[in-house]
Amino acid sequence: MQLTSFSFKSNVRRKLIDPLLQRNMKRFGGRFVEARAAVMTEVDNLETIRVAAAAIRDRSLANLDSYLLTFEERARARGTEVHWAETAQDVNRILIEIAQANGVKKIVKSKSMVSEESGLNDAVEAVGIQAVETDLGEYILQLAHEPPSHIIAPAIHKSVEEVAELFSEKHHTPRSTDIPALCREAREQLRPHFLSADMGISGGNFLIAETGSVVIVTNEGNGRMVTTLPKIHVAITGIEKVLPTLNDFSTIVRLLTRSATGQSITNYVSMLTGPRQEGDLDGPEQSHIILVDSGRSRLLGTEMQKALRCIRCGACMNHCPVYQNIGGHAYGWVYPGPIGAILTPSYVGLENALDLPQASTLCGACQVVCPVKIPLPELMRVLREKSFEQGLRPWYERLSVRMWRGLANHPRLYALFTQLGVRVLRVLGGKKKLLHRLPGLDGWTEGRDMPAPQGRTFRELYRKKHS
Amino acid sequence: MRVGLFVTCLVDMMRPRIGFATLKLLQDAGCDVVVPPHQTCCGQPGFNSGDRESGRAMARRFLADFESFDHVVAPSGSCTGMIRCHYAELFPEDPALQTRLNALSARTFELTDFLVNVLKVERLESAFQGSITYHDSCSGLRELGIKQQPRQLIGRVAGARLQEMDKPEICCGFGGTFSIKLGEIATRMADNKCQDALTTKADAIVGGDLGCLLNIEGRLRRLGDETTQVLHVAEVLAGPEPDPN
Repeated sequence: MQLTSFSFKSNVRRKLIDPLLQRNMKRFGGRFVEARAAVMTEVDNLETIRVAAAAIRDRSLANLDSYLLTFEERARARGTEVHWAETAQDVNRILIEIAQANGVKKIVKSKSMVSEESGLNDAVEAVGIQAVETDLGEYILQLAHEPPSHIIAPAIHKSVEEVAELFSEKHHTPRSTDIPALCREAREQLRPHFLSADMGISGGNFLIAETGSVVIVTNEGNGRMVTTLPKIHVAITGIEKVLPTLNDFSTIVRLLTRSATGQSITNYVSMLTGPRQEGDLDGPEQSHIILVDSGRSRLLGTEMQKALRCIRCGACMNHCPVYQNIGGHAYGWVYPGPIGAILTPSYVGLENALDLPQASTLCGACQVVCPVKIPLPELMRVLREKSFEQGLRPWYERLSVRMWRGLANHPRLYALFTQLGVRVLRVLGGKKKLLHRLPGLDGWTEGRDMPAPQGRTFRELYRKKHS
Repeated sequence: MRVGLFVTCLVDMMRPRIGFATLKLLQDAGCDVVVPPHQTCCGQPGFNSGDRESGRAMARRFLADFESFDHVVAPSGSCTGMIRCHYAELFPEDPALQTRLNALSARTFELTDFLVNVLKVERLESAFQGSITYHDSCSGLRELGIKQQPRQLIGRVAGARLQEMDKPEICCGFGGTFSIKLGEIATRMADNKCQDALTTKADAIVGGDLGCLLNIEGRLRRLGDETTQVLHVAEVLAGPEPDPN
């Protein structure tokens, strides 16, 4: 996916005045938030399960090397070919090698955010292979030539009306805004692709080390078509997705679906363990899995490791007031919202996503709902520290932080400065006691007045009263 | 009970009357309140901007100023959260200092939390004519669990009617330096907050953190609203006081 995270501020400016996006984000509003809150009441020991889920993820990550090797061994024993991709480019190279070795002309895809990281669709199309997205949201976006704006609801930024226009234009059908009819239309378009594709690509929500299985958790059923109909199935997922046992998965999945869409369980939970075995009625002839590093192992053993706990539920973005106002595209890469503000700089380089860790009030709404208790505000702060230490922030910002630290650390100087400052600002505030412009603080005064200070500091007033 | 008042830099500079209201509330409840004269800032603006040294320097200063008190009280959930949740972790190399900071943090309280849970204040002398809608500031709410405390106290103010807004827990967009660095998003978030608050037709928007209040008031005034009051909870609880200016 094309990276634009370095121009976050101008992305934001555009998104805030995009009337269509603003209307769609308002409509989407708190739907996932409310659904999550309602369904969580089913779980009477939520906090205990969150603690257990975080511990499972930590255990998986602390022994990632050995669990991955166990996974590889068990998966191979069931006939799956396991490929290791160190970089995003490796993902595309390996996939194209498999495709070309088997004369693949058409690929059907179920959702894989990891394949967005490497821009897989463009890469295969460049060598003459057609890739068709089959998740409804991803299908819509492929028709519209847009990237996803949410990790589980990729087309959430689009309205029914927009989809109706798009389908009518691309499918040459009468325009309809009836959602079931639109779904039927997409199904009719996709069915021939399922039947004629030579390869199916899916993501993988989890890898189960003890069985060598790939788990996918979905709602639309296309995941089953993609992984069983074509003669080759390739799952692409990150190395951090491993879980030691099926039992661990049973704990995690209780939180995943509830945190994501507010469902007790999704329509389909599939365990894929190797190609079609003797006596099986269906399944692919070849089963491959591409395990992707692409920056993940760099986080291991650092304070950022906790970010790898992420199970991609999207609750952090659903609950983030920044995301709710700007949508996912503004973040400029695959993963938006709070987790994106952490993963994007970690994977593509802090210097390419400098504003993302700043794109949060640190309000903590994300941390409260994260099913695996990732301390998202703390991790954003760690990235802010790295930016500050490496001198990546603008000079005036670094200077003002240092000046304030110096003042706050010298009470007499602080007193002198603040006493003078509040007097000046009080006068400038005039009759209405409001400052409409403050040099250097345009970021504030462009949209808000600054209520003027009272004119004396508490410390001086208190001293006078008590002397 | 000797209580150290940490007035916070924003109140010190922008709204001293909140400091005096806090002082009055504590004294009325029988506390022996001391204002250490050399206090400045909790260090959060620098800390959240990525300068750990700001946090460390201010933590040491806070310890020197306040360690001798039975309790420390601040009219801010944000600054109290900084002290309670972040000071000790800034010194992983010095366990002895961490122990002292943890002990002091445990004695440091946000104002309404202190009044309700430590002093167990039952009666307030104050009166307020009108309806109030309460904005839950993020740090107080999520780091310190402050939710019912201010509401309980407002309920004891003669004449005050609480009128809850939709989504009182959603961030107003202040976020310290965020409000300047990403002012356009902050303004939009403040807009949403003002909308939710104004829908209640309350006479006053009240909260426990001056940063959020300046953000909300700043947006309200820019939008041309000159009548809706924006007040710190301490001002409501202590009642009107002659302006010390």
